[in-house]
Amino acid sequence: MLFGAPQYLVSGLTVGATYGLTALGFTMIYNTTGIINFAQGEFVMLGGMLSVVLLKAGLPLPLAILAAVLCSALAGCLMERAVIRPVGRAAPVNLVIITIGVSILVRGVVMLIWGKDTFALPAFSGAKPLRFLEASVQPQSLWVLAITLLVLGALKLFFSRTIHGKAMLACACERKAAALMGISVERMAMFSFGMSGFLGAVGGAILTPITLTSYDVGVMLGLKGFAACILGGLGNPFGAAAGGLILGVLESFGAGFISSAYKDAFAFIVLLLLLFVKPTGLFGGPKSDRV
Amino acid sequence: MAVSARSLQLAVFAGLLAAAPLALPNDYYINILILCCFNALIVMGLNLLMGYAGQVSLGHAAFFGLAAYTTAFVTATAGLPVWAGVPAGIAVSALVAWLIAVPTLKLQGNYLAMATLGFGIIVSIVFNEAVNITGGPSGFVGIPRLKLLGYAFTSDTAYYYLAAGVLWLATLVSRRIIDSRTGRALRAIHVSEQAAQAMGVDIARHKRFVFVLSAVYAGVAGTLYAHHLTFVAPSSFGFNFSVQLITMVVLGGMASLWGAVAGAFFLTSLPEFLRVFEEMDILIYGAMLVACMMFMPSGLVGGLGKLAAWLKRKLTANPTPGQKPGQKPGLKADSRG
Repeated sequence: MLFGAPQYLVSGLTVGATYGLTALGFTMIYNTTGIINFAQGEFVMLGGMLSVVLLKAGLPLPLAILAAVLCSALAGCLMERAVIRPVGRAAPVNLVIITIGVSILVRGVVMLIWGKDTFALPAFSGAKPLRFLEASVQPQSLWVLAITLLVLGALKLFFSRTIHGKAMLACACERKAAALMGISVERMAMFSFGMSGFLGAVGGAILTPITLTSYDVGVMLGLKGFAACILGGLGNPFGAAAGGLILGVLESFGAGFISSAYKDAFAFIVLLLLLFVKPTGLFGGPKSDRV
Repeated sequence: MAVSARSLQLAVFAGLLAAAPLALPNDYYINILILCCFNALIVMGLNLLMGYAGQVSLGHAAFFGLAAYTTAFVTATAGLPVWAGVPAGIAVSALVAWLIAVPTLKLQGNYLAMATLGFGIIVSIVFNEAVNITGGPSGFVGIPRLKLLGYAFTSDTAYYYLAAGVLWLATLVSRRIIDSRTGRALRAIHVSEQAAQAMGVDIARHKRFVFVLSAVYAGVAGTLYAHHLTFVAPSSFGFNFSVQLITMVVLGGMASLWGAVAGAFFLTSLPEFLRVFEEMDILIYGAMLVACMMFMPSGLVGGLGKLAAWLKRKLTANPTPGQKPGQKPGLKADSRG
């Protein structure tokens, strides 16, 4: 009955790590600005696509990925500066439409330049599977998990040890008070867009050797990232990462044991049921409303 | 005899709808106009939900699709007449909305967005995967054209007048609801649920009412859509369409009846105008979305209102006889550029 469970667990965790990184990107922007960035999935796509393009242009793989990730981070900063900052405190739904517009734009540009084909990236260290608890593990899965853990550790240090990290946390807690303490809230907002571009692109680049990439992979990855955020409780970075992993594993088990055709539906059904029971997600705090 | 502004608006709208096909050269454009009417119908319902009651739905394409597939199944697979399929489609939409309304509408803000989004995706996956009922990704073919009371709507113009008539009736119904006690209760819920509750508004009941109502609007559009195209495919009812619907609501103008119509007609016909740019059309579409939201935050209707006010200021700012010489008139209007 549980035949293959370790296999599904490994593949679920691998995909879940990317969802988690995407979800962290959502959380970062949501915490500093209160915006749900529907272009988040495009950062993931950019990470994968730019890596492929730069590799083809002759850069060695590690450099190509580094450059792709930095470009995506820059794209994030640019997005904040160009379309988010000018509108200031617009209604949340307007900001959502703006981010949707940006995602259409980014997708369009990538499609026009590099076409609609699907691209692959070579695995970071060979493709010979390793045996682990009756599961065959691709070395790339280990890379994905290791890099995700590394990024999480770095983020933890960033928020607890650096002045910029603390300033961002301050913006998340209370924007006005942060501004009064001399923190440039605008700069932090731009920074958060840059960081979530970075996080998304890292996820995209490390997952591409396993799942391939094309101009339109961002839509579904973005949705999954958003779902992971909500699953973990919006605004909670730990919840976002955990939500991503849980979602990935749920999907993988659903596909393995129930029906692969309904694998996406399965994750969303669990999410809906959870929301009906606990309306603020798994690790979300109790609801507090200002009347 | 005084005619109220609202009746006048409705009359003008009826006139515009009736005259629209006369200005168009061929059937292709009439078809786009029909699609505009369907979308306007859904967007009007969604605007009641989002704009007036403040409840976001990122899964409205599902209700549109449920009705379309139901009537397709009833008429084409089960072989029943169209007059049975259409009410069945609308009823299924309404029933599903009624069932999910209570647990879903307890959620707030982004959690509500996620729940409706998830619902929409689940439904669209079912459309894709339940191949022996829906025909799967390649679509459902052979849906009969609409035939009511012995009259078959074979020409596109006839179908347009039907769609436009339904749209006009829906506008009338919406107008009456917005101006009623229920409409005021919905707006109160939007502003503050706590305050509305304190004033005696039954929040759960009103939210469910407007949710089911918006599903009925989408259902009517869905059944008419199925019997117009005689073919439906899951790609028409996916996440992208739900997002387009929201965009139409916001771009037209939240909480504005005419905004919903304007947003739907504008965004449905826009790709046709952008066709001249060939491959660049998607870029221009995205850029226009961003630009509209940046420079017209209150939507087309709000933007036009502002433009009208600005023009009025410009016009009235002309020097009047009583003005002192040398005084610069309309400084305020000038400085806005």
